[in-house]
Amino acid sequence: MATPTSQLAPVDSSPIVSPPLTKVGREQLQQWKNSGAILTFQRWIAIIGSLLVVSLAVCLLCLQFGATKIDLGIALSALSGWSGSGALDRAGTDTSAVIMLHIRLPRVLTGFLVGGSLAVVGVALQALLRNPLADPYVLGVSSGAALGVSLAMLFGIGTTLAFLPALPLFGFVGGLLSLGAMYRLARSRGRLPIQSMLLAGVILNAMLTALIMFITSIMDPNRSAGLIAWLMGSLMVSSYGILSMFALYVVGGASLLLQKAQIMNILTFGEETARSLGVETERVKKQLFFLAALLTGAVVSVSGMIGFVGMVVPHAVRMLVGSDHRVLLPASMLAGGMFLVAADTIARTILAPSEIPVGIVTALTGGPMFLYLLLWRKDQFV
Amino acid sequence: MIGSDRRQISSESSADGVAHGASRFAYEIESVRFRYHAGSSDGADWVLDDVGFQVKVGEVLGIVGPNGSGKTSLIKILASILSLQQGTVRLFGDDLTALMPQDMARLIAHVPQDTHQSFPFTVAETVLMGRFAQRRDTLWSGGFGWEDEADIAAAAQAMATVNIAHLAKRLVPDLSGGERQRTVIARALAQSPMVLLLDEPTAFLDLQHQIDICRVIRQLKEERGLTIVLVSHDLNLVSQYCDRILLLDRGRVARLGSPDEVIEPGTLEAVYRCRVLVDRHPDTGLPRVTVPGRALSGRT
Repeated sequence: MATPTSQLAPVDSSPIVSPPLTKVGREQLQQWKNSGAILTFQRWIAIIGSLLVVSLAVCLLCLQFGATKIDLGIALSALSGWSGSGALDRAGTDTSAVIMLHIRLPRVLTGFLVGGSLAVVGVALQALLRNPLADPYVLGVSSGAALGVSLAMLFGIGTTLAFLPALPLFGFVGGLLSLGAMYRLARSRGRLPIQSMLLAGVILNAMLTALIMFITSIMDPNRSAGLIAWLMGSLMVSSYGILSMFALYVVGGASLLLQKAQIMNILTFGEETARSLGVETERVKKQLFFLAALLTGAVVSVSGMIGFVGMVVPHAVRMLVGSDHRVLLPASMLAGGMFLVAADTIARTILAPSEIPVGIVTALTGGPMFLYLLLWRKDQFV
Repeated sequence: MIGSDRRQISSESSADGVAHGASRFAYEIESVRFRYHAGSSDGADWVLDDVGFQVKVGEVLGIVGPNGSGKTSLIKILASILSLQQGTVRLFGDDLTALMPQDMARLIAHVPQDTHQSFPFTVAETVLMGRFAQRRDTLWSGGFGWEDEADIAAAAQAMATVNIAHLAKRLVPDLSGGERQRTVIARALAQSPMVLLLDEPTAFLDLQHQIDICRVIRQLKEERGLTIVLVSHDLNLVSQYCDRILLLDRGRVARLGSPDEVIEPGTLEAVYRCRVLVDRHPDTGLPRVTVPGRALSGRT
């Protein structure tokens, strides 16, 4: 066929040689593995394994500190005694063991789960909103969940053990509604500029906080004091029953998110690109909204408003292990857990014997970092 | 004028003596109308109005036209990113709207105009994401599987094709505009598509890289038989490197044909509403566009 093709060929076209596929694959895989250009299973194991060890060490270390310092040896013997028979009898005779088993251990475990889920929610929101600065607290998702939980408390739902799941459920509905509202407010012409998201978050936060304060003002003063303490962010949990239920939420939600890891990688390029790469964006977006609100609801119902963990931790983890969500999600979970356990230890000890709310510690460490990123690294995020 | 141009297209294809069969065309676009705000009632704001043409299998088609003529909207419709209000688009004989995203991503790769990325992925990771639709791990589909050797090889080959193999470890937000552009083209090639859609592929590139990309486009057509549709502002690159050119004017097809048929002063001046000079490229003999300079416009 006499097409103008030959005529069109560029003058100096020297053919670019393509070597055989499998050879390239094997050599390239080795090269990329060595240079750290891509995430491999071996690297995943190394990262997650070392983070597991470090977070276990941090938790053990933090168990020692509190109003009274309990030696690591005593702490460990109390923990091991717990698993043996008659643990409660022995624990009852030893003050250190009682503190360890009934105050510090549940608190450290709660802190770990709360910090881990906040970090994981942050990662999910960042992928969904395509901005590494997204945080459930800043964007008003936590306030929405807190309003839901406050309403449940106002009407006395969930005060009895039988209604326990009611609090996270109300938190979930509140979080989902405010997340949806933020998304609708901030989105313009298919884009989500960070300025609009922050503005929407600020306004939602102001309105939702006003509603929560209204609820506290019409409540019986004794109960409203408890509500306010919870709102400021606290990791005190009344029983192992609540703790294990919370753990179920967290593990379930986080594993479902992990199953979306590669889709989240692709979503960071924007919805149009994600779609053209083969992702059913509308469906995935709904799933991620749902999971983010579910985890936020569960976290807020347990620990109130703890801010900035969802932004600070993923950001630091990304710098250490890269952006691939297959490693970013579990690594952020572990690092977030560690971070909050450490922050809570500071909150418990800095003014001992009195405590300050852990939300203050995270806001005072995370807030400045957020401002720094927003002011001096603006080009990357706006 | 528009009607006569479309007669010209159909007479051209029938002159080849080949019947209109599904296999001959990558795309068949029929009387497509599109606007962004589907709710508005008056018909004045159609971005694309009664657009119809075919893209032959294995050709390089360049879409040109003034700002706001609907080029980007048209290529987004071909990529199934935008959905049209009227008309049909068939891809290898099948209705485009009936395809699932994953099936579509194996047939079409789209390189968008905006390649912004705030997340620090490496170049190699970014290119590997092009393999998503080709991967087979169904249980953890999209979740937790690992790329195999074939995926790595496809990504490596795509990177070698656009000369970014040395950038594998670099982070995408740190790249220059041209490097990022080539990374996104490599990601598209890693999809192993049949059709490649490029929106302003040379917009951020210096002269050398523009020519590199254009050579890659010809190479992909000739070696892999890829069908390529590209949108560009650069009439000269389109004239030198495309088999056929589609000229859009305010959402309508002003002309479709070979560079010789489209890149000629009368047509261009009517569509772009300014004077242009067209002569011949000294090496290829293909039409070359020049805008009038100061001294020249004073003289004539």
